[in-house]
Amino acid sequence: MLSETFTVIHPSGFHARPTKIFVHAATQYNCKVNLIKGSKKVNGKSSLGLLSLGLAKGDEVTLEVDGEREEEALRELGALLSKIYEE
Amino acid sequence: MSQPLTGIAASPGIAIAKAFRYAHAAIEAPQRAEVADCAAEAERFRSAVARAKTEIEAIRESTERRLGAAKAEIFEAHVMLLEDPDLVDAVLEQIENESANAEYALHEVTGMIVEMLRGMDSEMLRERAADVLDVSGRVMSHLLGRPYAALSGITEETVVVAQDLTPSDTAQLDMDYVRGFVTEIGSRTSHSAIMARSLELPAIVGAGKAAAGIPHGATIVLDAIEGRIVVDPSEAELAQYRTKKEAYDRRTAELKQLAKEPSISADGVHVELAANIGGVEDVAKALENGADGVGLFRTEFLYMGRSSLPTEEEQYETYRHVLDKMNGKRVVIRTLDIGGDKELPYLSLPKESNPFLGLRAVRFCLSREDVFRTQLRALLRASTAGKLNIMFPMIAVAAELRQAKAILAEERAKLEREGVPVAGDIEVGIMIEIPAAALNADYLAKEVDFFSIGTNDLIQYTMAADRMNDSVSYLYQPYHPSILRLVRMVIQAARREGKWTGMCGEMAGDLTAIPLLLGLGLGEFSMSASSVLPARELVKRLSRAEWERFADEALQLGTQEEVKQFVEQRSHA
Repeated sequence: MLSETFTVIHPSGFHARPTKIFVHAATQYNCKVNLIKGSKKVNGKSSLGLLSLGLAKGDEVTLEVDGEREEEALRELGALLSKIYEE
Repeated sequence: MSQPLTGIAASPGIAIAKAFRYAHAAIEAPQRAEVADCAAEAERFRSAVARAKTEIEAIRESTERRLGAAKAEIFEAHVMLLEDPDLVDAVLEQIENESANAEYALHEVTGMIVEMLRGMDSEMLRERAADVLDVSGRVMSHLLGRPYAALSGITEETVVVAQDLTPSDTAQLDMDYVRGFVTEIGSRTSHSAIMARSLELPAIVGAGKAAAGIPHGATIVLDAIEGRIVVDPSEAELAQYRTKKEAYDRRTAELKQLAKEPSISADGVHVELAANIGGVEDVAKALENGADGVGLFRTEFLYMGRSSLPTEEEQYETYRHVLDKMNGKRVVIRTLDIGGDKELPYLSLPKESNPFLGLRAVRFCLSREDVFRTQLRALLRASTAGKLNIMFPMIAVAAELRQAKAILAEERAKLEREGVPVAGDIEVGIMIEIPAAALNADYLAKEVDFFSIGTNDLIQYTMAADRMNDSVSYLYQPYHPSILRLVRMVIQAARREGKWTGMCGEMAGDLTAIPLLLGLGLGEFSMSASSVLPARELVKRLSRAEWERFADEALQLGTQEEVKQFVEQRSHA
């Protein structure tokens, strides 16, 4: 299992669009993808799970990947957490 | 009879048309039933989900065709919701483990998700509840064998009146006939409000229960500038609102036209009218208002509102995004200007008794090279995405500038050794906000590509008057000859070296100051985005040659009042 913490920099946080893109990317991997903010841990392959974290600009979120191609998943999905999306 | 209603003006404009009432069929909470064949029930649910998906996919395609890919994207998110384990698997579990009927299970799970989303801090996330209700309602309609409501059959000019409009409703509005809409609930960040703004469709949201009383077919005036709705307007009111609508539409069209035009004075002098931004979120507004570039990107906002320094990667992402969005237009990025009235608690800097005269801006950066180098590396790496200018704030003496430039050169060399591409044409300039720098501008001009005059600080330091202190606010005098002479000195010094001068304080967007500044030879004016179009309108009417003479005269005067009066007289002559 690998994990790393990222800071959200998208100005309006993780609403529909960033969530859609993240979940789409996460579901391409067979490994487990979890996201943790504070004491809350959700399935990173569920857009509702991700939305329920309420990630806002400046929030720190930990990405946990476990399984097949986890290194690649950590790199790709981590970059999506600290990314600015088109509005 | 007129009965004015009010709501939130979510998308500006005025519409006068007949009300078209639109409602989703009320779905009563389904009864819990025990199903005998759980597998069959699960299958029934899966097939309803599949049909809903097919419909949403069709809406996505037609939206993309009519309104473009960006507006259709929301429906990709909807399809994704119908694949979400937290929704679909949760419903299937209730069916399979608890023998619940599909309608009941869907209703329960939807309710839980909606409640969770509505409890979120962010309004943007609370709005996602509307997406869940939209897709879930569509699946429910298939389970019940009823058609999901659709906004069709509008054949005349209409203002749609609804309790709420779902994303799929809004995407299906027939723009040939719909002139605006009113909803009982919603906010400025509702999907429907965002959509209305991008379609430039007047809209009032959150009008409350009172909007439910608007009768179908009644003539209504939708004043989405003031947030007022007039039902059955009198002849006098109709005439009044028609005039108002005409004036608004004309002005909107004028400004839209102006946004596309270059910034040229009546006698053919090109200037740059740029926007000040504090982050990525301000770029769209700068572009909408036709800014010729970004004259000041205040990067301190990247460092504020968080608990640690932003990483190089985060900064790179931000700068690259801004440069890319500005599409080749000049972007002046100011390096970290912290200290003074802006603190970063996580740096735990010692308290100073005179923070405005203390370790701020470039002084701080030179004392914390690690922080400075991270920012410069991020800037250099982003430089290939557009036209980057780097600006150091609060330079007082040449040694500071040289030190900052040396560090920049070192970071550039390191990146080049690492094989990272860096643009070759990055202009490097300084802010002129300390009188010592203004007085020494002819010397500094040899070592920079440009100056940008920060009037707010220049005035405070020249007058020795704290701009946060109300009791000395009378000394904030942008038109005082002492300030104007410093401005002229800076512009002339730059010009002698073939460099350009901009201004990024309040004064640059001040319609009274602009003629004078143009006359003094200022080349770039950076202001809040909303000031750009009025400034362009003004510049187009001004003759620089004429204002050169007026500026010479104005600078002979002795007080701010005399200068102001002089400028106003000449402006209206």
